[in-house]
Amino acid sequence: MNNKYEIVVGLEVHAELSTKTKIFCGCKNEFGAEVNTNVCPVCMGLPGTLPVLNEKVVEYGIRMGHALNCTINRATKHDRKNYFYADLPKAYQTTQDDVPLCANGYLDILVGDETRRIGITRLHIEEDTAKLIHADEFGGTLIDFNRCGVPLIEIVSEPDMRSAEEAKVYLETLRTILLYLGISDAKMQEGSIRADVNVSVRPVGSKEYGVRVETKNVSSFSGVYNAIVYEANRQIEVLENGGELFQETRRWDDAAGKNVLMRSKEDAQDYRYFPEPDLLGYVIPEELVENLKAELPELPVQKTLRYMNECGLSRADAETIALSKDKAVFFDACMATGKCGPKLLSNWVLGEITRVANERRCEISELPLTVENLVDMIALIENKTISNAAAKTVFEIIVDKDEKPADIVKAKGLAQISDSSALQTIVDSVIAANEKAINDYKGGRTNVLGFLVGQCMKQSKGQGNPAMFKEMMIAAIENS
Amino acid sequence: MDKLYSLSAKSMKELLDKKEVSSVEITKSVIERIEKTDKDVCAYNSYNFENALKNAEAVDTKRANGEALGALAGIPLAVKDNIHVKGLKTTCSSRMLENFVAPFNATVTDKLNASDAIIVGKTTMDEFAMGSSGESSKLAVAKNPWDTSRIPGGSSSGSAVTVAASQVPFAMGTDTGGSIRMPAAYTGIVGLKPTYGTVSRYGIIPLASSFDQAGPMARNVDDLAMLFNAVCGRDKMDAVTKNYTFDGYGDSVKGMKIGVPKEYYGEGVQPAVKERVYAAIETLKAQGAEIMEISLPSTEYALAAYYIIQCAEAASNLGRYDGLRYGFRGSNTSNVEDLYLTTRSEGFGDEVKRRIMLGTCVLSSGYSDAFYKRAKLLQQNIAKEFTDAFKSCDVIITPSIALTAWKFGEKAGNPAEVYAADICTITLNIAGLPGMSVPCGFDSTNNMPVGFQIIGKKFRESDILTVAKCYENAVGGFAVKEF
Repeated sequence: MNNKYEIVVGLEVHAELSTKTKIFCGCKNEFGAEVNTNVCPVCMGLPGTLPVLNEKVVEYGIRMGHALNCTINRATKHDRKNYFYADLPKAYQTTQDDVPLCANGYLDILVGDETRRIGITRLHIEEDTAKLIHADEFGGTLIDFNRCGVPLIEIVSEPDMRSAEEAKVYLETLRTILLYLGISDAKMQEGSIRADVNVSVRPVGSKEYGVRVETKNVSSFSGVYNAIVYEANRQIEVLENGGELFQETRRWDDAAGKNVLMRSKEDAQDYRYFPEPDLLGYVIPEELVENLKAELPELPVQKTLRYMNECGLSRADAETIALSKDKAVFFDACMATGKCGPKLLSNWVLGEITRVANERRCEISELPLTVENLVDMIALIENKTISNAAAKTVFEIIVDKDEKPADIVKAKGLAQISDSSALQTIVDSVIAANEKAINDYKGGRTNVLGFLVGQCMKQSKGQGNPAMFKEMMIAAIENS
Repeated sequence: MDKLYSLSAKSMKELLDKKEVSSVEITKSVIERIEKTDKDVCAYNSYNFENALKNAEAVDTKRANGEALGALAGIPLAVKDNIHVKGLKTTCSSRMLENFVAPFNATVTDKLNASDAIIVGKTTMDEFAMGSSGESSKLAVAKNPWDTSRIPGGSSSGSAVTVAASQVPFAMGTDTGGSIRMPAAYTGIVGLKPTYGTVSRYGIIPLASSFDQAGPMARNVDDLAMLFNAVCGRDKMDAVTKNYTFDGYGDSVKGMKIGVPKEYYGEGVQPAVKERVYAAIETLKAQGAEIMEISLPSTEYALAAYYIIQCAEAASNLGRYDGLRYGFRGSNTSNVEDLYLTTRSEGFGDEVKRRIMLGTCVLSSGYSDAFYKRAKLLQQNIAKEFTDAFKSCDVIITPSIALTAWKFGEKAGNPAEVYAADICTITLNIAGLPGMSVPCGFDSTNNMPVGFQIIGKKFRESDILTVAKCYENAVGGFAVKEF
C-alpha cells in the first residue's frame, strides 16, 4: 500500500433476522428449506395481497439499534423502493427511506491496542428479495422465493474506518453483537450477513474525502478485507497515473480476487421512493423501547475490556472469549460461582474445552460438561490437590458425565503427593537410574532437568507435585 | 313465481325466510335473466353459474335442516372483476390478467361466502379500474341499460349495469376516485364508497392503495345497507382496516344539518345536473333538514393532487406484471429486459400506460418534491377542510358527477376532460371519507339518470344512509329501468 494515501471506508451491512416468520406474512423464515416451499401469495407478491408487519422485526431492529447506541425513531414509517428485477416479485422492496428505525449511533471496536469509535448513520428494516440461481445446465436462471420477505436490517456506517483491518474488525464485531442479541444467525457463508463496501482514498493529512466507490456482493470477512485493499490500490494507481476517479458501483468477484464495474453514476437507478400505503405509520410505545434497552446484554467489546481490566486476561485471550458468545457465556457462568480464578479458567476454556467442542463440532453449551464440575476441578488444581496432568484425567470424565471431581480424585487416587519423604524416594531412584543425565546436568546442560522431573512424575503416576520434584532434584544433584 | 330476479334483496330474503321460494329458484331466475339480457348490456367478464347453483342448493339444504344461515343466505350477487374469488379468473378487464385464476379469496369474498350469498359472476370494469366510463375495458364493455349507446360509467361499470338492468339485486364494486359512485349515478342506482379502512382490501387488485375501498351497489337503500353490513369490519390481513361495526340507520333528517359546498356547483357542472341536485336538497329540506352553505376552497387543487398520488401508487402497484410468474407474457422473451418491455407494451392498454408514465414521472428524483410531496400536502389540506366543515354540519351534499352518461367514444382523445369530471368524488378518496351516490331524477336534455352525493364524517355511514333512506321514502323510491 502506498503510504502517501489514507484509505477511508464505510460499510453497509445487511443482516437477515432470525424471526420465526417472515416480515410481512406468516411463512416460515428458515435457511435451507426445499426451494419455493416457504412461500405464500403475500411473499410471492401476487396481485391483491397486502403486507402485515411482523412486530418482532421491529423489536429486533430496536435491540440492534440500542446495541449500536442509536436514537430510536418511535414514529416510524415504511417506504417502497421501486425497481424491476427478477428477484423482486412486487417490483418494489418495502424498506425505510427518510425515517429509519434507528439513527445516529456508534460502535466501539478494538483494533490493535486502540479503541476506535465508528459512527452508525442509520439502521433500518426491510424485506429480502428472492434468490436467483443461475443454472448453466440449461442456460437459465431459477428463482427461489423462500428468501423473499425474510426480514433484514441494513446498518450503514459513517466513513470512519481507515483500513481494511478496521473494516474487518468492525464487521466481526457487528456479527458478534447480532449473535449476542440472538437476532440473526449471522452466517456469512449462508448469506445471512452481506456487506457493500464504500472506499475512497485521499492524500494523508487531507480533510476532503476522495471519490467514493461502492463494491457490492462481498460475502466473507476475508472478502471485505481483500475487496478494500483491492479497491484502494486500484484508486491509488489511477491517481498516481494522473487519472480521474468516478463515483461508481463495482461488483466483487471473490474467486478472482478483483472487482469489475457494475454501473457508473449516470446509470444509477431512480428508485422512486414513496411511503408504503399498505402499512400505516405507527408510533412504537416508549415502554417497549425502554424495556428492550434494559434487556440489552453486555456486548463483546465491553466484555473484552472487562476480562482484561478485571480478570487480568491478556488482550488475545479476553477477545477470543468475548467474541464467542458460547465461550463467554460459559466463562461468565464459571466466574459467577466465585469458586475459581480467571486465569486457569480461561486456559481451560480456550484449551481443552474448546478442543473437545471443536472435535465434536458443537457448542460448549451443548457438551454434557457442567459449570459446577469444571469450577470444582479448577479449584482442586488451584489448591494443589491435583496436578494439571491429573486434572486432564478428571476432565475426560466430567466432560461427559456429571460426576464430582473430588469423588473422581478419590476413586482414582489422583490426589497430588506433596509428602517430601515419599517424593525423595522417587527422586533418589531416578538419580540412580540416570547417571548420564546427571553428569550432563553437572556439565552445564541444565535443560535435562525437565527430563528428570518427567521421570519422577512418571514413577509417581502423575501424582507427585512437579514443583517439589524440581526443587528436590536440583538439591539432590548439587549435594551429590 | 314470476320475475324473481327483479326482486330486491330484502324481498328475496323475506320469501326465502318464509320458504316461499328456494335459493335455487331465485338463482335460476337470475341466471336466465343474465343469459337473456347480458348480450345487450355486457355486464360480465365471466359467469359462475354452475357453482352458483351448487351453492344455492347447499344453502337450501342448510335452511331445510334448520342450520344457522348467514345474513345474505341464498341471495345472488355479482362481484367486480378485481376481487378475487378462488378458482375464478380475476382479469381486471385487462389482457394482462385475461387468464389469471385467483389462487385465494379476497376477504370480501370470504365474508360473502360466510353470509351464504350466491356469487353468480364477475363484472366487467375499466382496465385495472382506470377510467370513469367503462370504456377502457379490454374484455366486456358494459352498456348503460337506460340507453345502450351510452357509457354506464366506471370503473365499476359491470356491477352498476348488472344491478341497474335487474340481473341481480346488488353487487360489489370498488372505488378509488368515484368508481362506485359515478357508475351508480350514471345508471340510476345507489352506490356507497365506505370510509377508508372499513372494508378489507385484501384480495382486491389495487389501483391506488391509499384510496381504494370496496363497497356495495344496489337499487335501493335497504339492499345496499344489507350488503355493506356483510362485508365491513376489521381484517387482520389488511393493516389499514379499523374495528368497525355498522350502526344501522334511520329514516328522518329532522334537525340534521346538511352542508352545501359552493365549490361543487361551479361552471363545470351541467345545469341539468345542478337543477336535479338542488331539487333533491329541497326535498330533504322539506323533510326537516337544515341546509347551510359551506366552503371547501382547496377543492380546485384536488384533481391535480388526486391524479398525482393515484398514478404514483398505481405505477408502483402495476410493476409486478412483468411476464415472469403469471399473467400475460410478451412476444420477445430472448432476455429479461425485452420480456419486461414486450409484456408491458402488449399487455397493458393505453389508459394504463398513460397512468404508469404519469406515476413514474411524478415520483422521479427531481420531480418528486414538486409533484408527489406537494400533492401529499394538499391531501392534508383537503382532509382538514372537511374536518372543519363537519364541525358545523352532519353531512355534505354535492352532485355525484358533473355530467350525465355520454355516448360511447364521445370523449375519446380528451382524457383531461374525463379526469375533470371526477372532481366531485375524488375529494372523498383523498380525505378517506364515506360517500354515497343516490339517484335524483333525470337529465332533461337526454333523459339519463342524475345522482347526488351524500358525504359523511369518517365511519358515519349511518348518517349517510339515514339521509338516503329519508330521501328514498320522500320520492317514493327510485325508478328502475324496464329492460
